[in-house]
Amino acid sequence: MPNENENKCADKNLDRRRFLKSAAVGAAGLALSSCSSSSFQAFFQDHFREMDKDELLSTLKRMEEEYSKKYGKKFTVSAEAPIDETLFGYGLDISRCIGCRRCVYACVEENNQSRDPQIHWISVLRFKKGDKWMDLENSTKYYDPEKVPEDGYFYVPIACQQCENPPCTKVCPVQATWKEPDGIVVVDYNWCIGCRYCMAACPYGARHFNLTDPGLPAEEVNPKTHYLGNRPRPRGVVEKCTFCIQRTRKGLYPACSEICPMGARKFGNILDPESEIRYLIDKKRVFRLKEDLNTLPKFYYFI
Amino acid sequence: MVIGLISYAIQMSNGFIVTAIRDQVSWGFYISNFTFLVGVAAAAVLLVLPAYVYHFKPIKEIVFLGEMMAITAICMCILFVTVDLGHPERVWHMLPLFGSPNFPRSMLTWDVLVLNGYLIINATVFFYIMYKLYEGADYNKIMPLVLLSIPWAVSIHTVTAFLYNGLGARPFWNASILAPRFLASAFCSGPALMILVLQIVRKMANVPIDNKAIFKLSELIAYTMALNIFLLFCEVFKEVYSDSIHLYSLKYLYFGLHGHNNLVPWMWTALVFNSVSLFLFLYPKTSKSIKYVNAACVMTFIGVYIEKGFGLIIPGFVPDTLGEIYEYSPSIVEIGVTIGIWATGALIYTMLFKFAYPIYKKGLPNNGERQEG
Ligand code: SF4
Ligand code: SF4
Repeated sequence: MPNENENKCADKNLDRRRFLKSAAVGAAGLALSSCSSSSFQAFFQDHFREMDKDELLSTLKRMEEEYSKKYGKKFTVSAEAPIDETLFGYGLDISRCIGCRRCVYACVEENNQSRDPQIHWISVLRFKKGDKWMDLENSTKYYDPEKVPEDGYFYVPIACQQCENPPCTKVCPVQATWKEPDGIVVVDYNWCIGCRYCMAACPYGARHFNLTDPGLPAEEVNPKTHYLGNRPRPRGVVEKCTFCIQRTRKGLYPACSEICPMGARKFGNILDPESEIRYLIDKKRVFRLKEDLNTLPKFYYFI
Repeated sequence: MVIGLISYAIQMSNGFIVTAIRDQVSWGFYISNFTFLVGVAAAAVLLVLPAYVYHFKPIKEIVFLGEMMAITAICMCILFVTVDLGHPERVWHMLPLFGSPNFPRSMLTWDVLVLNGYLIINATVFFYIMYKLYEGADYNKIMPLVLLSIPWAVSIHTVTAFLYNGLGARPFWNASILAPRFLASAFCSGPALMILVLQIVRKMANVPIDNKAIFKLSELIAYTMALNIFLLFCEVFKEVYSDSIHLYSLKYLYFGLHGHNNLVPWMWTALVFNSVSLFLFLYPKTSKSIKYVNAACVMTFIGVYIEKGFGLIIPGFVPDTLGEIYEYSPSIVEIGVTIGIWATGALIYTMLFKFAYPIYKKGLPNNGERQEG
């Protein structure tokens, strides 16, 4: 730790912020010298967006080591940057969805969500046919059929809508959550203070709080992770769907759309006029949830 | 306090799983108490208003008791917010230069700013007056700061209201009447608590407090309570008459929804208490009797505590944004922590009083004899 401090002080580009930080690190270093060094570094790490390259690389490395040790698998934590000229959008064909919830569990596996207590980023709402379905009050997400689809019902899966105008990022007091250039709304789990204001602000129930240490059995962990996405979360922070940032920034489809047996889920770059998602938006009858709130979701439902 | 510390230790070692907070209702008892106490803090300083603006002497002499209450309430607010955080050790992320405060976009950063500002103002005024009293000197120089504390008191409660008010996702809060309702109810509960505290102080420490001061305060409560009930009526009318789906939260509160009716008895208690206390404050015979005024104050306090706490925070989340109903009621741990914080508040107030009392006694011109107003 002291070495790192000296290096920082020697840095010619020392700005005020850095100076204050190193002073604080130094002072607290004396006070907390009993702390393990990795939780110590985690405590003083910068906001993701303000890390310089060195800090980012050392942070990623620290995390990889930590997770590899904890879960006994080789972990990668990447910080894959957004692709230029890309704005991700999602499409969902309601008439095809059969309510099987394979997407829900594929998402849990891919994104290392807590099994106990359960966290699900996707909720599949079930409505009675003929019910006024814009009134979400009429739905339930707890149903347990022998066989799907059930007669007389239809289903509406909901996850983070990746709003263009996201209320959740506006309210966050520490900017721990923000919209990336490719439109994905992300959370820096190491920066979130757990105030849950974003949960109050999200109109789509898309944010989830880690009430306790995530119950994540080592044999089920997915070790291919992204810093802003599916790396194992600490307790006391908020998490949410990231359009599988660890996959989609590499050109893959999100896990939910890959697993859907009905092909109800579509994904792509809405800036690309040739893409399937654009075709659907242009040609189909599409709507978005709670349009009156002006959140401008990039999640399109079509019939 | 011990209960509080133990409960908080349990929460820290197990996480929020030991509270009743879940994804559907993401804020609970802590934030309810916080909201109520911001109101108390704001109202405490309003004692200053009649004292300085109208030179109403019986109150002017006891203004420091009000300032102590403001200081105490703010400290409790800060404690309640802190225990509500998933990562309290990271609050430095909110500091400028070190962290990355989302200012001016997030209402929460505004709230932190105004609350701390208010604490600083009140602490300064309090200690300055004490210092001058000790010296036996005149303390009128602090006047501008005292006057500043009045709009600031309004601002802390307005900003706290805006915290909820600005969320389009929660129709129950997203009504422009919210901030005025906040202020009205605060100006009932604050003075009500003050009246009770004044009498305790009078009994225990033999501080001369004129009954005139008490009746002046109860008059103030009568007006604001009437306003409070009127504003509630306005809101109920708007919701019920327009009969949109936004009615759900209100229905849940007063009648229950789909068989979920945890809060119903509470809400009716609050309504009855508020109405009865209004009557007691207004009816000439009861409004001039300390006994009835005290009873009315207790009712006001409880009524507003329910209305402002449970009655405001929880229905914002019920039904949740996807229409689900999760019935929240605080867990043992949450209740324990809350008791602990209230006990801490009582301790802070007592300590401030222990500090202020001798100085105040000494500073009075005729050595503590009761003065005519
Ligand atoms: S759906 Fe909710 S979490 Fe997702 S971007 Fe919109 S407001 Fe934020
Ligand atoms: S819970 Fe975390 S991400 Fe959400 S508003 Fe609070 S600090 Fe920001």
